[in-house]
Amino acid sequence: MTTQIGTQRIVIEPVTRVEGHGKVTIHLDEQGKVTQARMHIVEFRGFERFVQGRPYWEVPVLVQRLCGICPVSHHLCAAKAMDVIVGADRLTPTAEKMRRLMHYGQTYQSHALHFFHLASPDLLFGFGADVGKRHVIAVAAAFPELAVQGVMMRKYGQEIIKATAGKKIHGTGAIPGGINKNLSVAERDGFLKDLDQQLAWARGALKIAKDYTVENLAKIKDFGSFDSNHAGLVTADGTMDLYDGNLRAIDANGGRIFDMPPAKYIDHIAEEVRPWSYMKFPFIRSLGPERGWYRVGPLARINVAERIDTPEAERARQEFMSVTNGKPNNITMAYHWARMIELLHAAEKFQELLNDRDLQGTDLVVQGERREEGIAIIEAPRGSLFHHYRVNDRDEVVMANLIVSTTSNNEPMNRAVQKVAEQHLQGVAEITDGLLNHVEVAIRAYDPCLSCATHAMGQMPLVVELLDHEGKRVGRRCKGVAESVAG
Amino acid sequence: MTDSVKLKIDGKEITAKAGQTILQAAAMAGIYIPHLCAHRELEPWGSCRVCTVKVNGRPQAACTQPVAEGAVVESETPELVNVRRALVEMLFVEGNHVCPSCEKSGNCELQATAYRLGIAAPRFPYTFPKREIDASHPDIILERNRCILCARCVRASTEVDGKHAFDFVGRGVHKRIAVNAEAGLAGTSAAATDKALSVCPVGCLMKKRVGFAVPVGQRQFDEKQIGSEI
Repeated sequence: MTTQIGTQRIVIEPVTRVEGHGKVTIHLDEQGKVTQARMHIVEFRGFERFVQGRPYWEVPVLVQRLCGICPVSHHLCAAKAMDVIVGADRLTPTAEKMRRLMHYGQTYQSHALHFFHLASPDLLFGFGADVGKRHVIAVAAAFPELAVQGVMMRKYGQEIIKATAGKKIHGTGAIPGGINKNLSVAERDGFLKDLDQQLAWARGALKIAKDYTVENLAKIKDFGSFDSNHAGLVTADGTMDLYDGNLRAIDANGGRIFDMPPAKYIDHIAEEVRPWSYMKFPFIRSLGPERGWYRVGPLARINVAERIDTPEAERARQEFMSVTNGKPNNITMAYHWARMIELLHAAEKFQELLNDRDLQGTDLVVQGERREEGIAIIEAPRGSLFHHYRVNDRDEVVMANLIVSTTSNNEPMNRAVQKVAEQHLQGVAEITDGLLNHVEVAIRAYDPCLSCATHAMGQMPLVVELLDHEGKRVGRRCKGVAESVAG
Repeated sequence: MTDSVKLKIDGKEITAKAGQTILQAAAMAGIYIPHLCAHRELEPWGSCRVCTVKVNGRPQAACTQPVAEGAVVESETPELVNVRRALVEMLFVEGNHVCPSCEKSGNCELQATAYRLGIAAPRFPYTFPKREIDASHPDIILERNRCILCARCVRASTEVDGKHAFDFVGRGVHKRIAVNAEAGLAGTSAAATDKALSVCPVGCLMKKRVGFAVPVGQRQFDEKQIGSEI
């Protein structure tokens, strides 16, 4: 990438160490002031369209093909929506607990993957570290124990998914009205044998994330940070629930905006389309598109919850909230700490569920009165995931609407990019690769899954472009390769 | 005239009953010849040609060709295996077979045959034909995207169910499975318990709302490849 006197457009493409393919463009005026910063999602998936016409019982297996990282979230969210379609208002204990175990397996492996493999180079080596060092191989060389833990924790989560869904990726376990298998005693014992080690590693990961945040608080508290609304699922008494519950939204000071059952989402959430991105911009209706955008994911979930129902994660939550005196935490980089609280919560849930005899039950499926519309929300690793379907009397899906976690974080990620660009690129004589990585660090905090969010054909990974005031591209950086365009 | 016939399949001498097809005789002798349109409970049809063998040097459909005294049959030769692969690959590209989201995966004879033949991807371009789904029947779905025109349902509905609910319309690439009622499947006397459904080798004619009730690992071809029962 080159810089020149005058206006500039920086392009970071692709954004690396995120799921999916995105690019960032940053416009600087003649004084080097940031005039616009955007994260573009350049993929298009279109699942909402092509599930139309398919029989409803196929949808939980079909829509999870959106993604190879958190397919379980889509699988379960679609299954929950189809529970509504088949009138299964209350699943059997075995079905509900098997699905929950599958979901915690998903949360565990996805959070471990993100923390140890995607985010750790930034936290361990610094935001501006040499590009040759900012990757998981360097982490493995410098911190081999951590790298192995990451792999083994991910494996454990994936094995849980296999035991509940039938396959590690793209299983078939959740079916409308229930589940198609229980957990055998042999499978259960296999997991219990390794559980203490997993709990120990999860505690260790939480400590790393907490210590990093606390020790670097002065440096990171304003890094890509801003006040925002937050949304996440909670039970009726305000306890965090990653699988089911009411969607709660709060403002930046903790004021309640709404607590709504999933079926009412359309009354509270709207989606805005902008011409430069395939990804929509959801917002809270009552606040409008300007003020109604909100964050989802680990940070938002910890913020909206009044408690966590596992002891160690609850203690960690209290410690987390004490940093901001009990008020919502709006520090973007605190996502990592929040994510590791959830990682430990998932491991504690393994312990609770694996010792529950209901998992060996044989009553797997229930049905009731058939309905035409099904809406469900689940907390995917990256945040609240909405699935909404309408099914005709021939059992064919006629309408599908998906609001994927990363979609809700679209505006916040754009704000984070703008903030970091202002903080680190404005008025800088030479924009280096290390400085551009600061932009990616802010995006990575959200653990975005760009492929899911747009419904993508094409490749993955961030491009940063530098434009002049006429919108002409004067610089571009793609996977660390600089390009220049004559002004 | 004797009732038994001796012939050789891939060098192995077998004894068959006169009047048997080569496919039937081979199965009785423990030799699997891949096939799709053939079904042991239905009359031979001979449309898919996946069972093509060479009899005394001439290509023949093993499912329709009767055994003959002294016949020399070749089956598992590189040439014939390649022919079978090509035929199965053509079946894949001429339909819309999306195994990842198909409820028949793991129980599908087309998929299992492709695995057995070692097909990783078709050599031919996909044609992505436009096929209609008939979901009008309360208990049955006709998913034409997955039809391989094997006529098992046509034969079963006529020979076993006595309903003649299905037949073909069109020719060549336009050939489609059709139902014997203007109102679609709902207008026929077809029922979810019909033989026509249970013999469908693919996910074309299926009982509704069964979906993925059988978990991965317990499906027909999860542990054993097709033909291993022979």
